[in-house]
Amino acid sequence: MAWRDAKASKVRLLLFMASIILGIAAVVSIQLFSTNLKDNIQRQSKSLMGADFIIDSRQVPTERAQAIIDSLQPDASEVNFVSMVAFPKNGGTKLVQVRGLEGDFPFYGTIDTQPSDVATSYQTSGGALVDATLMLQFDVQPGDSIKIGELTLPIAGALISIPGSSAISSSVAPPVIIPYRFIAETDLLQFGSRKEYQYFYKVSDTLNITRLQDQLEPLLDLENADLDTHLSTTKRLGQRYENVGKFLNLAAFIALLLGCIGIASSVHIYIKEKLRAIAVLKCMGASRLQSFLIFLIQIAGIGIVGGLIGSLIGVGLQELFPYLLKDFLPFALEITITAQPIIIGVLLGLFMSVLFALLPLLRTWYVSPLDVLRVDEKASQEPQSIRFLVFGAILVFLFLFSLWLIKDALYALVFVVATVITFAVLAGVALAFIKTIKRFFPKHWSFTARQSLLNLFRPNNQTVVLVVAIGLGTFLISTLYFTKDILLAKTEVGQSSENANIIILDVQREQRDLVAQSIISSGLPVLNSIPLVTMRMHSINGILVNELRQDSTRQVRGWILNHEFRTTYRDELTPSEELLEGEWIPRLTADDPVVISISDNLASDAKLSVGDPVTFNVQGVLMETTVGSIRQVDWAQMQLNFTIVFPAGVLEQAPQFNVFTTTVPDEASSAALQRNLVSKFPNVTIIDLRQVYTLVEDILDQVSWVINFMAFFSILTGIIVLIGSVRTSKYQRIKESVLLRTLGAKNTQILKISAFEYVFLGLLGSLIGILLALVSSLCLALFVFKEPFIPSLIPFVVFVPGITVLVVAIGLSNIQTVLRSSPLEVLRREG
Amino acid sequence: MSKILKITGLEKTYPSGNKQLTVLHDISFEVERGQTFSIVGPSGSGKTTLLGLCAGLDSPNAGSVELCGQDLNNLNEDERAQLRNKEVGFIFQNFQLLPTLTALENVSVPLELQGNKDATKKSKILLEKVGLGVRIHHYPSQLSGGEQQRVALARAFANAPSILFADEPTGNLDAETGEKVIQLLLDLNKENGTTLVIITHDLELANRTQQILKLKGGKIVTNQPTTVL
Repeated sequence: MAWRDAKASKVRLLLFMASIILGIAAVVSIQLFSTNLKDNIQRQSKSLMGADFIIDSRQVPTERAQAIIDSLQPDASEVNFVSMVAFPKNGGTKLVQVRGLEGDFPFYGTIDTQPSDVATSYQTSGGALVDATLMLQFDVQPGDSIKIGELTLPIAGALISIPGSSAISSSVAPPVIIPYRFIAETDLLQFGSRKEYQYFYKVSDTLNITRLQDQLEPLLDLENADLDTHLSTTKRLGQRYENVGKFLNLAAFIALLLGCIGIASSVHIYIKEKLRAIAVLKCMGASRLQSFLIFLIQIAGIGIVGGLIGSLIGVGLQELFPYLLKDFLPFALEITITAQPIIIGVLLGLFMSVLFALLPLLRTWYVSPLDVLRVDEKASQEPQSIRFLVFGAILVFLFLFSLWLIKDALYALVFVVATVITFAVLAGVALAFIKTIKRFFPKHWSFTARQSLLNLFRPNNQTVVLVVAIGLGTFLISTLYFTKDILLAKTEVGQSSENANIIILDVQREQRDLVAQSIISSGLPVLNSIPLVTMRMHSINGILVNELRQDSTRQVRGWILNHEFRTTYRDELTPSEELLEGEWIPRLTADDPVVISISDNLASDAKLSVGDPVTFNVQGVLMETTVGSIRQVDWAQMQLNFTIVFPAGVLEQAPQFNVFTTTVPDEASSAALQRNLVSKFPNVTIIDLRQVYTLVEDILDQVSWVINFMAFFSILTGIIVLIGSVRTSKYQRIKESVLLRTLGAKNTQILKISAFEYVFLGLLGSLIGILLALVSSLCLALFVFKEPFIPSLIPFVVFVPGITVLVVAIGLSNIQTVLRSSPLEVLRREG
Repeated sequence: MSKILKITGLEKTYPSGNKQLTVLHDISFEVERGQTFSIVGPSGSGKTTLLGLCAGLDSPNAGSVELCGQDLNNLNEDERAQLRNKEVGFIFQNFQLLPTLTALENVSVPLELQGNKDATKKSKILLEKVGLGVRIHHYPSQLSGGEQQRVALARAFANAPSILFADEPTGNLDAETGEKVIQLLLDLNKENGTTLVIITHDLELANRTQQILKLKGGKIVTNQPTTVL
């Protein structure tokens, strides 16, 4: 009977199915991708690091650290630092990461180069391997030269990839690899420059490197060095991608949820139309269970088939992920297909569709045979307790599934609550809007406009579900846009002359005046000359940092204990700083006790308050200080900000280097300044903030596909729900149109009524979505980014009309059938 | 008297499987302006098909329909709709009210389609005439069958039609309510001088019209003034 009944309504049942297919496809594709990613990371564990373990230090290793490093006999070593390089062929300059390598690194995996043989021969031939994209940008070929500090080397080949590095991580400062023995000749490892020393080890498989790490880590910690094994690195990497996977999974789950709500709404109408037929069956002796099972089997069938189709689409879809994510992944991804996600897809389809259709399905149970004579909607409704039970079951299932996805009860609960709230808010706002329209109905509008507006309230309407579906998609896309705006506004460098857009780092004390002169002679202003003094904390609140390191109950955050602070001294606050506590002391004399100002995040991480003592190790000299004030710093401002600021008059004689800032009007003058400075002062590093801004924009564009993916699925599911709804209400629409035509309406009038109805639906959905996006973005701007929020016009001028046109196009897709229907045929059917 | 409806050699066939099923065969008759006319016949005799063709709701396979002096074969769909809007009123067995509109709004539809500015005012008057002055803001679902048919009646007269087609107007009503509706229909008809074409099973109702056309198997059996029957 279920099959016979389903055959008669197959188009509608297929549309119900379509609502969940996309959601299932999304869940399955992401599940498969996550499984593949985990497998790949585990399989490529060693080649991701290139070694079994690494010891690294951000300074020349101390004597004790060096002793540990040497005792383990490193197989290769590296020093790396960021510096400017120049290409003599065309005078181009660029900020790069110089990596001086010695030994046979990598021991696992390969350095990919073009030509391929230079990956091994560059050490003996004495050439540089230059990032392939960088070579393209500056139009240099193997054989051309590269000038790194005082050293000029021939370019041996283009560097395509090296273990442990992804395209995104190397886009700020692309890598240039040179043999370690040439590092000294560059003359770049001067005082103040940031560098990292790495020692690579290859050990036999029998050695327990985790135990080795447990033994050596505390000792190395004391010497400001660190030991990382391939296992811990891949675990960290795995976790990072697992988090992305979980996030995507939840996004897909939302699309599935939307589809299920679509199913629930369609099944509700479907069952309502079948009530009389069910009553007839009951009159003829069908039991409650039998009549319930007829429809339950149909929905379960839809769920299983939908789940299977969704899973198959998901399998195809996940092949796209490696292409989409290639810039984020530091390794090539091999895709294999496992059975588990497909089984999950089918089960998910079955459970979700049955669960969400259960409430309307239960009505079949409560239909009275008396309804053959007269359908009494209220009499055949299920009791309140059953409804609560079904709602409860849905929420429990949502929670359990989210828990399985993200493996954290609290987050799963937060997700379920947040989802319910989001849907409730969307539905609530949609309902409120509809009620408002009803209450303040525009009685003076034209007949067609009024009639189309009235259609939104027609019996069996799916207005709220459609508005939720359209609204959710618009909400996600618009929030992404607004957030991107806020983030970009924070990083934007003004074109006006008072804003610095060039930062010149690592200027040695003796170069200070010469660099300033060079800037001025290029016709550019010196906006700031900031002195930098590096130091470490020696004791905090009277407790030695070494003691704190060993104290497992300490409250001070670990990074503080090993961090090399770059501090400055000045007699005023900058615009990005605001005094929160204490008193700002601009200047001290030699005899005064030293009072410093710290940032609020440092105060919280180091558990410091105003009046607390801190002793610093300034290049081997201990300096006692007291916290005099705590500042709030807007770190997102693209300028040099400091956690620790000394008053003027204290550090002037300490070893230091300088940072200059200036502003350039255009690309050409930026390039000219960089060429000029790099040729005269090869050790200085120049950052063009406008390039950083472009880079931030690029990264945001790359990241935004994740949210676009979410929005895409929501909107697509929304469209399917819309098609289902249009299809469900098709007969009703034909009947109404025919009646209007019988009464003398022209085809254009009927077309207008339908078109206006979908315009209202599209506008309502997209505007509610944007409204919510505005509220959420405003909250983000106020509470998270702490920035004024000026909404972009794009969502208003592109999304609202775009989505509305889409909705109208789908809505009118079957209008021809409506217009072509013979009035007589329809009226007779009714009669 | 002039002819408001002139049917000549009308034929209508429908595809039924591989064959063509003839529903109406060589139908010809005329209706005088202001006349009350009934079409009677057993189920399946082609009554509703004939009414649909007369009102231009469907097209014949052969023959012609001249309504209010216009040959419907020469008009396109929109022109026929316009003609209906100006000259024709309808009453259906199952009322056919728009569920999303109130009684007042339902009655206003034909006037609104004409762009009539006094639509609401005129509709109110008509609803008062059919005794529903106090229920103008009710939706069809809030009205009884008799009340719904009275709204349909008011709607049928809203555009002051020259001819009114009624398809089994009392078919869904009990005898008492049916009688009230018929009386109202005849009164309004008289008052407005409208031509009335009724399709009915009810011979008693048919006898209250001036002319009766009897159909059987898609053919005219008789077409005579009531007094002769």
